Amino acid sequence: MDSSDEAWRLDPLARVLPAVRPRKLAKVPFVELAEGRLQGVVSSGSDIERVYVSSITAGSHGLSCSTNNNRPCGGLNGGSLCKHLQSLAEEAVQQYGLDRVARYLKVEVPEGSSLAAALSGSRDPAPAAAVFSRFLRHLAYLEAPASTAAEPEMQWFRGAGAVV
Amino acid sequence: MRGAQLAALLEQAPAGVPEALDLVSGFDDLLEHGLARIGQGRAGALAAIAGALEGTPLGSPAHEAVAKLSAGSVSREHLVTLAGARAALLGAAHDALLEHCDAALERTRGAWNQSPSAAVGTGPGEAVQAWLQELAVTGWRGLDQGHVDGADRLVEALLADPGGRRLAVLLDGLAAELRASVPIGPAACVPTRRWADLWSRAMLLARQATNGAGDTEPVTGRLLPLGVDVLEHGTAVQVLVYGVLETPTGTPRLVRTGVTAAKTDTISGPAVWRLLTAFPLLLTALAQQRSLELRDVALTADGRLLWDEARAALGEVADPFATARVLLPGVLAPAAAPLDRHPVALNEPVLVEGYKTAGGSWTVDGRNLRIEVDRLPATGPLTPALLKASTACIGVLRHDGSGWLLRPLAVQAKSKNSSTAYHGGDWALGPTDPKVVKAESKSGDPVAVLRERAGRLLRR
Repeated sequence: MDSSDEAWRLDPLARVLPAVRPRKLAKVPFVELAEGRLQGVVSSGSDIERVYVSSITAGSHGLSCSTNNNRPCGGLNGGSLCKHLQSLAEEAVQQYGLDRVARYLKVEVPEGSSLAAALSGSRDPAPAAAVFSRFLRHLAYLEAPASTAAEPEMQWFRGAGAVV
Repeated sequence: MRGAQLAALLEQAPAGVPEALDLVSGFDDLLEHGLARIGQGRAGALAAIAGALEGTPLGSPAHEAVAKLSAGSVSREHLVTLAGARAALLGAAHDALLEHCDAALERTRGAWNQSPSAAVGTGPGEAVQAWLQELAVTGWRGLDQGHVDGADRLVEALLADPGGRRLAVLLDGLAAELRASVPIGPAACVPTRRWADLWSRAMLLARQATNGAGDTEPVTGRLLPLGVDVLEHGTAVQVLVYGVLETPTGTPRLVRTGVTAAKTDTISGPAVWRLLTAFPLLLTALAQQRSLELRDVALTADGRLLWDEARAALGEVADPFATARVLLPGVLAPAAAPLDRHPVALNEPVLVEGYKTAGGSWTVDGRNLRIEVDRLPATGPLTPALLKASTACIGVLRHDGSGWLLRPLAVQAKSKNSSTAYHGGDWALGPTDPKVVKAESKSGDPVAVLRERAGRLLRR
């Protein structure tokens, strides 16, 4: 362990998370690495009221895509990604970086290749309702009123710095 | 801050601080490896903490907690005691550093005169403590996704109750970092101080009955902002304004005020200001460097104005650099709230001028002052290049465990023949830099997109 590692260990404001890269949210408003899956919500291209819940399971790379009312996505057949899953994979890489997504899904992505191309799973429906409710919970943060109360713990959170 | 003041700050370090931090490291090491793996070496480090508190009210409970833990029996109450012991050591380090800083800056500070509240709460706090206990037994190095996912339902329950929000914000911040880091390999480095800080804060906060502001006094006068810091993690952002409060009678007081909004991890950078549109006066004052006229606004004993738009009015333009030059040297600084005492809480506003810039270290009258150039908020115009070209800087002095450094909040920088000021709040009403405006319009407004989705999908 060198001295900069030691300084990082002992720095109460050590930076742990990388800076978030801004991404367009219109197509894929929600992406997360949780519950053993890369999962998220993809807006339907044709119907503003409809969203698709898409996920890729870590390890097995099982693919799942359906509407929030549990109607299977017609574009997901066999082992190839539907356009929703492709968007999900692209936006996850944009948000978290390829390394973190690949590590979570336990997939080797050869240099110059894409995450979607490196996946070898097949269709394996996962529960859409749970992911959709996590998306609603995510959106609910925006409904919480701002607070003027003391939150001194925020001093530990300095953001990740600007992406230059 | 004059050269002599900086010399006094940097030259003599207060005695005992490294020793106190070493004791804290003993506890932090335990959290890294887990209470289940407490060996003789780590038991010895715990005993040293209890020994350091001998003669204080925490001494005897700490001894008992250490004895029980070393014998392999883990209880929540003993963990709370040790979190308290750790906080006491860091509180002492905070006090020594603050006293040293005040002496160097010749800054006068008020005394704490409130009686402690002994109320202990129940409710979601107990479930939070149970989760924290599980983390402590396992240790950071033993955690898996399952442990981390346990935070989700705790946060959900806490957010349902306005009194639980502060703890929810803290847990969300810790959980996001753990989620991104586990499983931690044996060779990987762990931010032990940081996570132990967050763990201990949560343990103690979960025990408190209320997160009230304590006694406040109504103040009427003029708030002259010095600078603004923006603190954020994935699901929260805090705008923290440092300023000087002038009242009709009495010495100008160093105060701060702030607002905190919930957000998603996909909202960051200049977009976060749009989450604070409920505070147009505060944002306008920041964007236009205006003063604020306050009428009967509550001021806490630790110098925090509970921001209230209904009791504020926009005042004249007030250059923060003029405020810093004229008023800052003679301000009365507030005492720190007892439970908030920690070196991280040290953020002393200062003005630095007449320096030579060189990356992360500036030279002032032959002394080197470290500058935090790599953590500038993306919500404002400050960049490393601007800092390099700067001739004057308003910032907060902070201490990172190994020494003092300056976190810049505003600078005056030379461009061609004129000098221009750049403040962290310049973009509070929207970015003023055409490049940033263009980048924003390219990626779209994340707040508007998510609000549209929320409006369509949440209320069904």
